[in-house]
Amino acid sequence: MASLPPIDLPSNATGAGAFDAPAGVEGNPLFEYLLRLGDDSLVLGQRLSEWCGHAPSVEVDLSLANMALDLIGQATLFLDYAGEVEGKGRDGDSLAFHRDVLDFRCCWLVEQPNGDFARTMARQCLFSTWQHLLFGRLAGSADERIAAIAAKAVKEVAYHRELASEWVIRLGDGTEESRRRMADGLDWTWRFVAELFEMDPLAGFMAEKGIGTDLAAFRADYDAAVRAVIEQATLPPPPDQRPILGGRRGHHSEHLGHLLATMQFLPRTYPDARW
Amino acid sequence: MYTTELQKTASLGATEDPERLAAFEARVAADEFIEPKDWMPEAYRRTLTRQISQHAHSEIVGMLPEGNWIGRAPSLRRKAILLAKVQDEAGHGLYLYSAAETLGTSREEMIEALHSGKAKYSTIFNYPTLTWADIGAIGWLVDGAAIMNQVPLQRTSYGPYARAMVRVCKEESFHQRQGYEIMMVLAAGTPDQKRMAQDALNRWWWPSLMMFGPPDADSPNTAQSMRWRIKRETNDELRQKFVDITVPQADALGLSVPDPALRWDKARGHYDYGEIDWEEFYAVVRGEGPVAKERIAARRQAWEDGAWVRDAAAAHARKHGRREAA
Amino acid sequence: MTDWPLWEVFVRSKGGLSHRHVGSVHAPDAGIALRHARDTYTRRMEGVSLWVVPSAQITASDPSDDAAMFDPAADKVYRHPTFYTVPDDVKHI
Repeated sequence: MASLPPIDLPSNATGAGAFDAPAGVEGNPLFEYLLRLGDDSLVLGQRLSEWCGHAPSVEVDLSLANMALDLIGQATLFLDYAGEVEGKGRDGDSLAFHRDVLDFRCCWLVEQPNGDFARTMARQCLFSTWQHLLFGRLAGSADERIAAIAAKAVKEVAYHRELASEWVIRLGDGTEESRRRMADGLDWTWRFVAELFEMDPLAGFMAEKGIGTDLAAFRADYDAAVRAVIEQATLPPPPDQRPILGGRRGHHSEHLGHLLATMQFLPRTYPDARW
Repeated sequence: MYTTELQKTASLGATEDPERLAAFEARVAADEFIEPKDWMPEAYRRTLTRQISQHAHSEIVGMLPEGNWIGRAPSLRRKAILLAKVQDEAGHGLYLYSAAETLGTSREEMIEALHSGKAKYSTIFNYPTLTWADIGAIGWLVDGAAIMNQVPLQRTSYGPYARAMVRVCKEESFHQRQGYEIMMVLAAGTPDQKRMAQDALNRWWWPSLMMFGPPDADSPNTAQSMRWRIKRETNDELRQKFVDITVPQADALGLSVPDPALRWDKARGHYDYGEIDWEEFYAVVRGEGPVAKERIAARRQAWEDGAWVRDAAAAHARKHGRREAA
Repeated sequence: MTDWPLWEVFVRSKGGLSHRHVGSVHAPDAGIALRHARDTYTRRMEGVSLWVVPSAQITASDPSDDAAMFDPAADKVYRHPTFYTVPDDVKHI
């Protein structure tokens, strides 16, 4: 099968006209890094919770809600910590509910709308496989808090990865309709995989410090794992697509703004209120 | 858990073997449990199937009004709590469908009955959730009423139903508390929040009282259901208990119960409360609640949209049957 | 279509205890049945091990045979230690 799309970023890419170009390491790098981790979990948790009450069966409803709960829990831990690191009196809630699109640091994959169940499972499989490999490494982070959060979360996302992979296999190798939908779901999400492995200056800086990790180091494991699932699903490997980047620097899809409008509505409308 | 007596108890046919019937009634009277393979009168089976499936439907439809606010919960903590609560309701629906299935009706048949309008569910879920305070009011009042109803059902005569209720009661213990906590914060909050809280109490109070079902005088089947231990207290008894417990809770919040006739009756040792609008209740039972059409449309759509997923997984299992069969 | 088949779920709540029946789930196959069982019945740390069994595979005794199945055990009192008289001052028996 074709490999997942490579990212061939020029080493000092600042080319005029590109949708998004990596910036240098600005501000507080640990804070920025924690936002990436926390926002991924928060936005995907928000997305998954949209299924609640509408899933294909009651049992599946329970499974999706369990994953969403895990993710919201991770987001709370990462964002609370981010607030402490920032030292400006913000906590997880103020970060979740009082930032606009440009200050969110999630990847494009997690902000994609649920679509049908096949697209939701494609998104989950691609993301959870990555998150599982990432957290496995972050459990050894030089930052104790990150290490502790990752050590707890790695067990949660191991389950997400397995469950999503099982569904991708069943839907790919199910009926003609499910096969078509599963292929469409992968086709929709495939262009966002490269961003997961993007080593921009901040990611590189955190890896050097031993707080983050070199994402390229588990790229081959990831490719092999995803390839195995797609093969078992008897689906043809999706063709390479041009990578879409930008989320890590606040340049997102159009979908994120709508997600935030819903999620942040109450704290924004009643700024003086406590809940 | 939300069960209301909305349909008639099936009447005993003349065809039942009187000896077996007498033995059955004696077992139930002795507080023995009836299990799925035990002999039971057809009327008992039909009444229970209806009651348990109605109860299950209420859990599943009941996910919708609260699910409406998961995406807009105002803090990460509230979001997690609400999601966990609505998820519990899915679980409770599942336990109850499973209990009803032991009586010989498939879940699919029950779901079809819900979607066609043949099966009923609690009237309370046909009202809209307008503000965040509604999430507080539902937890406090609706779950409070539900607990009142369901605690005695842990001792109901049908084993699988009783066991499901034990599980449900255990898990639901946090539901009412989280609702009351939301109300406390709102009632002590900004003027906007107080207004939300009072408005929610105004809208949910009477529908909550209606959850206990028609007055005893209009519940001719209560006696039969009580004899069969599938109901353990009458509608009016439970309703009175609910009012007596809830009014002081409203006082503690500093909110006023929207009933001018409400007053403590020293002689009875209970609160007197005003006349319930039973026309409203029966209209909602008939499917004329403000958002009844939305609720059923949402359930139907979820089921229909999920059909290809269920088919696909079943097809996959058939293809790989030999490998994966247990 | 027809619904997914029914599976009975058994949970071991902690090491040293046997698996206990807790309820059932619908699932298309054994793998998904295990996950459904996990997501439904162990949300509050209720278990350390799960079994799922297709409901159709369970053979149950018939309650109408209760008498033949279980009553004959009733008069075998000599199977119970309390049936025997041993003097109080004889120890460890």
